[in-house]
Amino acid sequence: MASTVQSPDPVRPGTGSSPFGDRPQRLGLGAKLRAPGFYRAAWMMLLGVAFAFGLTWLVRMSTGHTTFHHYIDGEAILTVALIAAPLMFLVGIGGFDYWFYWAAGRPTRPEDHSGHGAYTWKDYFRINTDHKVIGVQYTVTSFFFLLVGGLIAMLMRIELAQPGAQFIDANTYNGLFSVHASILIFFFIIPVFAGFANFVIPLMIGAPDMAFPRLNALSYWLLPVGGAMMLLSFLAPGGAFADGWTAYTPLSTDMPVGQVFFSLGVQFAGASSIMTALNFLVTIITMRAPGMSFFRMPLLVWANFATSLLVVIATPFIAASQFFVILDRSLGFNFFNAGAGGDVLMYQHVFWFYSHPAVYIMMLPGFGIISEVIAVKSRKPIFGYRMMAFSLLAIVVLGFTVWAHHMFTSGMAAWIRIPMAITTAIIAVPTGIKIFSWLATLWRGVLHLDTSMLFALGFLTTFTLGGISGVMLAMIPFDIHVSASYFIVAHIHYVLFGGSLMTIFAGVYYWFPKMTGRMYDERLGKWHFWSTFVFFNLTFAPMHVLGLQGMPRRVATYSTQFADLNLFISICSWLLGLSTLIFLYNMVTSWRGGPRAGANPWRGMTIEWQVSSPPPVFNFDRVPTVVGGPYEYGVPGAVHAILKPTPATVGAAVGTASGAPPGVKLAPSE
Amino acid sequence: MPSRRAIVTAAVAGLIAIAAGIALSYQIHWFPVQASTQAKETDTLYHVLVIASVPIFVLVVTVILFSVWQFHMRPGEELKDGPPIHGNTRLEVFWTAIPAALLLGLVSYSFVVLHNNEKKPAGVPEVQIGVTGQQFFWDYEYPSSVTGGKPLKSYQLYLPEGYTVYFNMRSKDVIHAFWIPAFRLQEDVVPGITTHYRATPDRLGTYPVVCNLLCGSGHSLMRSAVHVVPPAQFRAWLAAQERSGSTVATASTDPPDRAAAPATVAGVGAG
Repeated sequence: MASTVQSPDPVRPGTGSSPFGDRPQRLGLGAKLRAPGFYRAAWMMLLGVAFAFGLTWLVRMSTGHTTFHHYIDGEAILTVALIAAPLMFLVGIGGFDYWFYWAAGRPTRPEDHSGHGAYTWKDYFRINTDHKVIGVQYTVTSFFFLLVGGLIAMLMRIELAQPGAQFIDANTYNGLFSVHASILIFFFIIPVFAGFANFVIPLMIGAPDMAFPRLNALSYWLLPVGGAMMLLSFLAPGGAFADGWTAYTPLSTDMPVGQVFFSLGVQFAGASSIMTALNFLVTIITMRAPGMSFFRMPLLVWANFATSLLVVIATPFIAASQFFVILDRSLGFNFFNAGAGGDVLMYQHVFWFYSHPAVYIMMLPGFGIISEVIAVKSRKPIFGYRMMAFSLLAIVVLGFTVWAHHMFTSGMAAWIRIPMAITTAIIAVPTGIKIFSWLATLWRGVLHLDTSMLFALGFLTTFTLGGISGVMLAMIPFDIHVSASYFIVAHIHYVLFGGSLMTIFAGVYYWFPKMTGRMYDERLGKWHFWSTFVFFNLTFAPMHVLGLQGMPRRVATYSTQFADLNLFISICSWLLGLSTLIFLYNMVTSWRGGPRAGANPWRGMTIEWQVSSPPPVFNFDRVPTVVGGPYEYGVPGAVHAILKPTPATVGAAVGTASGAPPGVKLAPSE
Repeated sequence: MPSRRAIVTAAVAGLIAIAAGIALSYQIHWFPVQASTQAKETDTLYHVLVIASVPIFVLVVTVILFSVWQFHMRPGEELKDGPPIHGNTRLEVFWTAIPAALLLGLVSYSFVVLHNNEKKPAGVPEVQIGVTGQQFFWDYEYPSSVTGGKPLKSYQLYLPEGYTVYFNMRSKDVIHAFWIPAFRLQEDVVPGITTHYRATPDRLGTYPVVCNLLCGSGHSLMRSAVHVVPPAQFRAWLAAQERSGSTVATASTDPPDRAAAPATVAGVGAG
């Protein structure tokens, strides 16, 4: 299996020209400017801006004054620069080096994993092809965006504490909630799951790395680029994009230039998603260890397999919708200009054809995490394993048949509502199967109620509420009343905060020892859970009532009849935000100086727990052999996988341990 | 296995919680006043949904709390595992089929409500009223069929009680949504097409009209009011509007000139 990732190119020892895997060296300034890294990225970005300037000037000048009043136009330059500069950054940081060397016929270095591992914190700021390093990069970057997005939400709640204007104008407020949603959807929830999966899945399936390590590195680096674009939109003339993360036309085609930051930032996030999803699909299909049949895969692997299918099929649609917006804005294509024969509703169909499946992209990996946590912490096999896997696939298929339930009041043809309402109700069935199966897994188990388990149980509670309000919204007459009201705000936060974020916290606490080699503070973890759980519900539950009462969402001010509840919500939201400080403190201090973690603190059977914490640089000396299911807790003598213990030392190359003693049974037999 | 006594305790607690939850749902002041026949149907649907939802939520929470109570790890059980139960086909079929039947039942019921709310009621006279949304106010057109004379344009919305009103809605710029929470009705107002809905106001009074789709920096203040009045008062109001010069009255069905509008709407204010 290890040979799958070997490049067909011959090994060329001693070619120092390749950037991959070079150990950090002291370089002169000239060499720094030529070597992949931030120095090269900086001047290359300037080159990208210069290109944008030159291209727009050239096009405008050759078209002539009859069309363009000015040859130099800020918005035109900015639009092209927002494509060119990030691409040049990626070239500068070294994301394309291998392919450029290869295309130019120059010596390339095959991916021999010699660049694996991070030895100082600086290594996390370089192109790195190690799935574990990339997993940490993804996770930490995403949590940075969580903090930013959360802070923006807290600013919004100050503005909403009382009716009338508090401290920002309506346009700034509209920008805040638009960036809040875009950052948290595209740069926190979606990528943080990719981060966990990057770290854990190759280990879980017994693979030495992802199938395409260079693509993996590139897909990570697209992320900070896109996220920075979203945040920088606040500096754009006219302010940040202020039409929500949905960017409905024709409002978005009329927006100031801040809109371009969204439309193009989404392209970078989307490209990152698609690359990662392809990588997961190929990795999961082709790189499973011998004996790891599909029905011996841990459910986290199943969940990411299903998610990746969704991403690959759906994400091109949001890319298209935003390209339409760009073309309308910049080049007058009139896709959505009703006065020129454009169709406004078409945008919504294309947008939601991605953005409804995106809800499952943001949920299915969390389902996988919950399955891992609940099985291990209940010390029982997952109840109804096959139905858990099939229900994921059912959600993938049904997820593509419900998009227009976001459009029940949009003015589309009335009949479309009927089949979409039926599929929307039916998609609750596979989700219900999962909830009931988790409950049955708890039954008669030996429940270890530590932090990750508390988050898993909290998730079951809040996500059930989010699911119930989702089913209510499938009922068309009810949806006609509350569509786009605060009821929707409550529902989406019960699904994405009470659902996705609870699973993310469960996953962080569950794999923290594996990723860092340290244990976190359990007492602080429990404080974090309870403060999050309580203030989450106090913040978002009252929003249901606001919506039913007639408060629209996306408003900077509101009728005085809603004042009391809004003040209460604002106070609770601040306490909810502050509870994150407990989490941050716990993570930072535990990572720096927490007690050393053993290889398998939770006595899990899946393969990632059979290697050291943190895992060895090359994962396995020998490819593991899978001999049983992943959750055979309580089955006497059950083993999931057999693998030779890996030496704690680093530096041994994959494949050199062929003379090693036969595999030793490591999985717990208790 | 947990003791029979514990299971009975949990079951009783669960049933009490269900009863309390449903009772509580009738105490909470969920909705604004009902000012249309459609509101009554929709509110009943909501209460049915809540009654169907409470037992499901209580079931989930009860099983979680019961498991925490009965199955939490006790000292000395650090290395103990639970029984290797892999599944139960009958149970899995049960919790696939029952929710599916429940959901299909609820969605069918919602279709009945939808049909009732959208059909033209027999024996009730219907008036057509034009609605135009633009950044950031509404204006209304009362066609000749309503005024009996020239069409009338106004920034005020008056509706006759006991009539069915059919709104024809158009936008002059971006998408808006014409929401009357007291009627439980809304629909987007989309540039390029005319959208519609039908309401049957049945309660006198003045109720908020809200733009419920983000339409730009003034969206929060794009609020107005609907006055439901007796038919005689409605006709009197129409006649008064035609006499007074304060509103834009033209024979054309075109919306008023956009440039001329803000001066007039300032006088109406954000109701």
